This record gives sequence, C-alpha cells and structure tokens, in this order.
Amino acid sequence: MIELRDICKVYRNKKQEFTALRNVSLTINDGEIFGIIGLSGAGKSTLVRCINYLERPDSGKVIIDGRELGSLKKKELLRLRRDIGMIFQGFNLLEQRTVLKNVCFPLEIAGAKRQDAEKKAAELLSLVGLADKAGSYPSQLSGGQKQRAAIARALASDPKYLLCDEATSALDPDTTRSILELMRRINKELGVTIVVITHEMKVIDSICDRVAVMDNSIVTEVGAVSEIFARPQSDIAKKLILPEVVTPVSGEGECVRIVFDGEDSGTPFLSGMVLSCNAAVNILHAQTKDIDGRAYGEMILQLPAEKRSAGRIKEYLNASGIRYTVTGGAGYVGDTA
Amino acid sequence: MSEILRKLWDSGVLQLGIWETVYMTLISAFFSYVIGLPLGVILCVTSKDGIHPVPVLNRILDLLVNIFRSIPFIILMVAVLPAAKLIVGTSLGNRAMIVTLVLAAIPYVARMTESSVKEVDRGVIEAAQSMGAGEGRIIMRVLIPEAKTSLIVGAVISLVTILGYSAMAGTIGGGGLGMIAITYGYQRFNNEVVWICVALTIIIVQVIQETGMLIARKTDRRMRQA
Repeated sequence: MIELRDICKVYRNKKQEFTALRNVSLTINDGEIFGIIGLSGAGKSTLVRCINYLERPDSGKVIIDGRELGSLKKKELLRLRRDIGMIFQGFNLLEQRTVLKNVCFPLEIAGAKRQDAEKKAAELLSLVGLADKAGSYPSQLSGGQKQRAAIARALASDPKYLLCDEATSALDPDTTRSILELMRRINKELGVTIVVITHEMKVIDSICDRVAVMDNSIVTEVGAVSEIFARPQSDIAKKLILPEVVTPVSGEGECVRIVFDGEDSGTPFLSGMVLSCNAAVNILHAQTKDIDGRAYGEMILQLPAEKRSAGRIKEYLNASGIRYTVTGGAGYVGDTA
Repeated sequence: MSEILRKLWDSGVLQLGIWETVYMTLISAFFSYVIGLPLGVILCVTSKDGIHPVPVLNRILDLLVNIFRSIPFIILMVAVLPAAKLIVGTSLGNRAMIVTLVLAAIPYVARMTESSVKEVDRGVIEAAQSMGAGEGRIIMRVLIPEAKTSLIVGAVISLVTILGYSAMAGTIGGGGLGMIAITYGYQRFNNEVVWICVALTIIIVQVIQETGMLIARKTDRRMRQA
C-alpha cells in the first residue's frame, strides 16, 4: 500500500517560488490501477516522483508498505526503489545498449549474475512481445516498442508497484491502446499495483479503477472512475471529463449532461421524457463508454429556451432519478449536480 | 630534396622527430585522461543540477580549471618546469615535456569530459535512479557509456591540441617535429625544413582525426540502421 500524507513541495530559485504540491494525501491500495489526472503543471509529475523519492517532499510523509521513506538510510531507499518500477513519457532507454542489455540493467544493479540476468530479461521481453528485438538498439525501435522495452526493464526487479509518468502521451492512439492493454495484463497477471499519471481521460477510462483529479497543486477529488465520470464535482474534473462539443450550434437553451449507467439501458428514456414533457430537446453529443467493465451512456442535451418547458424536463429528470449537470448555455450557473 | 633534408633523413633525425611527436602526444594524452576524465566527471556530478551536488567543491574545481585554462601554454610550460623537475627529476628532454603537456592538458580534458557527460539525457539518469542505482553505478554504467561517442570526439580534439602543444615544447628542450622545425628550419633560415615539418604534422593530425572519428562512428549505437 502506498500512503501519501500531507505532501508539500515547493520549488525555489533566487527570484520566486513555485508550489508544486500543497497538502496532498492519497492512499493507493495493493492490486489496483490508480490514475492521477490533471492538466500540465498541476503537480502530478512531481507527485509521482515523491512516491519513489526521486523528489524529496518538503513536508509530509510517503509510506510504502508501512515504511516511511524519509526515515530510510540512503542504501535502504535505493533497495526499496527496486520494488517500485517506473516508466516515462520519453522511454529513457540507454541508447548505447541493446534492448536485452537495457532490461538486464536493473538486475545488474541488484547484483545478479550475467547469465541469470539475461535469462530473466529474455523472459520479460517475451512477456511484452519484444522477443525478436532483444539484440536491437533503442534507435531501431518504434515508440511503442521502446515503451514495451521500458516496461520489461521496469519489471525486471520484480517490483510490487509500477509508476507510469505520461507513459502513453508520446504514442499514437493504436499504440496507446496496446500499451494500456499490456499494463492491464501486468496488473492482472503479475498483480503489480500501477499508478498512472496522465492528462488524457481516455487512459483513465480504459484501465484505472480509481482516480485522483489534480489541479493547481492540490487533489480536488478522489474516487472510483465510474463515480467521478458520472458525477464530477470540481470544475477541473468537469473540464477533463466533459466532451468538448458543448457549445450549442444555435439557440439559447441551457445544456445539461446526463449520464446513465448500464442499468438504465432497458427503458427508452429520452423518448419517454420528450413525450411526457411535451418539449423537444436538441442532442448535442452522445456516446457510450466502457468503464471498469460496465457500459455508461453520456449525453449532452440542449433544453428548450422557453423556461417552462425546460423546467418540466428538469422535474422529469429529478423524478426519474437521472443525474444531470448543467454544463453551459443560457442560465448556466455553475454547479447544479 | 635539398641537401639538409637528405641529411636529416639519412641521419634519422626526421624519423625520430615523427616518433617523438607521436609518442609524446599519446603518452601525454593518456596521463591527461587519467586525471582529467575523473575531474571532468566530478565537475559534472557535483554541479548544482548534477546527481550529487557539492557546490563548494564544484566552485573550487571550476575556478582552478579556469585559471589553468587561461594561462597561455608557452608561459605555463616554462612556469611548470620546476614541477617537472620534481616529478621526473629533470627539466629537460621529452620526459619533462610530457609533464608540462599533461599539466596543461588536464584542465582542457576535464572541460571536454564535463561537456560530454553533461549531454547525457536527464531522463535516462532519472530512470537509473528509479531502479535504485547509486551515484557510482550511474557514473560507470550510465554517464560514461552513454557519453561514449561524445567522449571519443572530445579525445580526438584533445589529442590534436596536445600535438600542437608538443610542437611548442620543442622550443624549450623537447624533441619532435616542433624542435626540428625550430632548430633546423627557423634558426638556420631554411624554410623548406619548416614546411616539411608542417606537412608531416598535418598528416599526423589527419590520421588522428580520421581514425578517431571512424571509431566514434562505428561504436555509436544511436544511428545504426537495422
């Protein structure tokens, strides 16, 4: 288990200081895939580097499996880092070593024999689907292959945790999907707890169990991905989660976002609403998403400009227990969840 | 070929000069690297964005390197002759010259090494740290191997610089092509000898340059195609 308690980190130079983390507390449970999402500059990269003490927090505690990192001697800290693999946006492979030798590197640090290291590295390369690239150099690989090699390397010391710092941000959508699939497999098959840092909601949707949303150096909300998807509380969560097509093409009616979970799919909800309220709505956006194995529907509707019809629709929504959020248009007053 | 050149060749002076230039350069370069390479790594590692910042040490070394770098070689050479006497027991001849060459080249080599090692991607170092590598391992297994190509290119430049220094050492008692150019050429008003020495030096520089760059290219794994 990874526990972060009241982590603060301030960067200072002669002229100014910049607060990267302000009293951040999080608990990451064993076996889960935990996402941390935020825009660039929100502090998420600093936060993930605090987990393995690549960045030392100014105050607060990082506790991994009951051991407080700040209290460890340097040697103990280096030893503990072998339990925490890490992969990066820029892959960070050793350019002058073959892929196989890259994967051997953490084993060399751990003092393994050369033959044992190479055997283990070869196994890991098969696991990530790169067995045929063992003798290649990183410059001969594509981005996706480089990240696979980096994943194999991060797994070489049999870590319990894997930290992923924007690991798919430099990859195209297809490659991103295959890397995310690999990460999920590693989580399921090897039982590695994974912490994913990203600015892309689709990464969170597709593999994370829980997510923390970060903005301006603080964590604004934490919860199950499905929960935050259905009911984003903070402005930043809404901004990250809501589709970008919320500006109505014409008209001035307000826009609402409604989210159904799988259970509602049996009833023709929208038709029912339109008939019983006797008011037409404009569908601006609709999609289904698979979160944690369940289908979620998301729709953005523009209500009639006329207040009474809009009121009837809202009453209908309330009465049927459908969650909705006003997201824009005339009469937008912020949080109405 | 003029009389004097034939004489120089037949008596073996010219051949000896070539040999002296080559071996003074190589031996001086070797000892400069023995001290200059670690010094350059220390300069890089202890800097404020290095992997083990030690600001005070870094400032002192940095200042020392700068001081020695700013003394023109012809002056430094004379100034360190007493040190040469202390180390090799004489202030004359090639052995003394090697000491002066090494002392002059160390700061140069240190700067070359520092700039090569600084080029290593911060992210790769971070990855090694995340695996639990200590500073010693990062230096030996990440910084130096990853900077290899740049270090080799730096070594070629250093060698050529030391070769130039060695010619100057010919004026105060060293041997080699520099000495021949001065003694048999300049002082006897024989330009032909000077030009021959220049041509031979150019050839040696070319050989060093081409061989060095070939090694750098052949050992660099970054660009090699499948």
